Amino acid sequence: MSRSYAFYPGCTLHSTGLEYGVSTRAVCRALGVELVEIEDWNCCGASSAHSLGGELADALPARNILLAQPLGRDIAIPCAACYGRLSSADRRLREDEAFRQQMEQVIGREYAGQARPRALLDILTSDFPPEELRAHLRKPLTGLRPVSYYGCLLLRPPQIAGAWDDTEHPVKLDRLLELLGAEPSRWTYATDCCGASMTLNRGDIVARLVGRLVSAAEDAGANCIVTACPLCQANLDGRQGRRPQPMPVFYVTELLGLALGLDEVTGLFGRHIVDPRPLLRRLGLLS
Amino acid sequence: MSSPIDWRFMDIVAERSGQPIATCYQCRKCTAGCPTAFVMDYDPAQIVHMVQMGERRALLSSQAIWMCVGCETCGTRCPNGICVGRINDALRQMAAEEGVRVGAPAIYQFHRAFLNNLRRFGRVHEITMIVEYKLRSLDLLSNLDLGARLLLARKLPPLPQVIRRRQEIARLFEAAGAHAAETPEGRE
Ligand code: SF4
Ligand code: SF4
Repeated sequence: MSRSYAFYPGCTLHSTGLEYGVSTRAVCRALGVELVEIEDWNCCGASSAHSLGGELADALPARNILLAQPLGRDIAIPCAACYGRLSSADRRLREDEAFRQQMEQVIGREYAGQARPRALLDILTSDFPPEELRAHLRKPLTGLRPVSYYGCLLLRPPQIAGAWDDTEHPVKLDRLLELLGAEPSRWTYATDCCGASMTLNRGDIVARLVGRLVSAAEDAGANCIVTACPLCQANLDGRQGRRPQPMPVFYVTELLGLALGLDEVTGLFGRHIVDPRPLLRRLGLLS
Repeated sequence: MSSPIDWRFMDIVAERSGQPIATCYQCRKCTAGCPTAFVMDYDPAQIVHMVQMGERRALLSSQAIWMCVGCETCGTRCPNGICVGRINDALRQMAAEEGVRVGAPAIYQFHRAFLNNLRRFGRVHEITMIVEYKLRSLDLLSNLDLGARLLLARKLPPLPQVIRRRQEIARLFEAAGAHAAETPEGRE
């Protein structure tokens, strides 16, 4: 079955989230999914636009949605913050006539409601029947005990993020990881916040939040954390400080790539700040 | 320390943030789930109460409004549908517009540096953005550790990606108003 999505990579996929970008494209290729990058896309504004920019908070992401209209298909968005911003702008375009007209005039494109912003994790966990994924499985992730970490904006607020998974106790990522042969550990921190962009100005706060999350993952008996956002991954991977036993932090697409046997994905593990290769070798998942 | 009461304040903030501030009954659920309440000088429930009580000056110069990371936990859980994060956005913008002494100058300068970088290239380029932020905040030494490690892992690209139709970004900044597009000086 062929599937096709518009693709909004967001700024971090070329820098700190490089592994996420490479693994996303590789996994989609392997699953026969086409990703059409939105031409000339711009930054969504992230937390700075809604902190200081007033209307920019919806105007910047709205441009991307208008640019995606001719593609006429759902927009796959790998970053939780970008997803939140584009979803908010899409709602504004749908409900606020004056805003829509102003945006259409500035950008010179029409809004037809044809390109729905969706989180990449939503697409990966909702659009593929289990049998289809199972047919692609090359290496079951036996012995891996991840905790699923969604962070803030993938599911909040539900009126904007949509109800593609339970807001407070999400389960779909656990289901996907089970399907890949892993044994997800249960914990109650899946939607706690990692501190997001504060990492660049108040690293101390982020380090404290990350420390709490990693300790909770340890208490749950996990041996790794799985994320679906470049900010979450960068914070959790990069802000563990001098923990005696730091915990590897994967992107969901990296684990998919590993389970699908994609070499271009397994080659990325050396770029992590907490090197996950010793764990994977110990479990016989990497040579 | 009490500050002069501004009785129109709640209506103005409710209008700008779109939040039904008058309905708050101080259950404190927002504070219970807030990841950064522990570093705020006023916690989320206090912020809402202070807006109700017209504590304009204390709030606009508080550090709490800059410590909010916009994680939407409060808004998702509030029984009255109030998102304190949206209230904080409105208060930050009012603080910037009114030129009060900002309670967390480094965070303010970070957002400025981010928006300037975005306006310049259409996308955000970490290295030039961080350089501008460091110059603005004179926070030259913190976090070099993570930065250096990311560079070592070759994660930060040296050159920015520049979009083609930057004039559209410039027009969006103009449409959003001067305070978003221009940098007010002397904020510290
Ligand atoms: S959760 Fe809502 S009602 Fe309760 S204190 Fe916070 S803002 Fe007020
Ligand atoms: S949105 Fe802001 S105030 Fe609300 S819980 Fe998150 S950090 Fe706290």
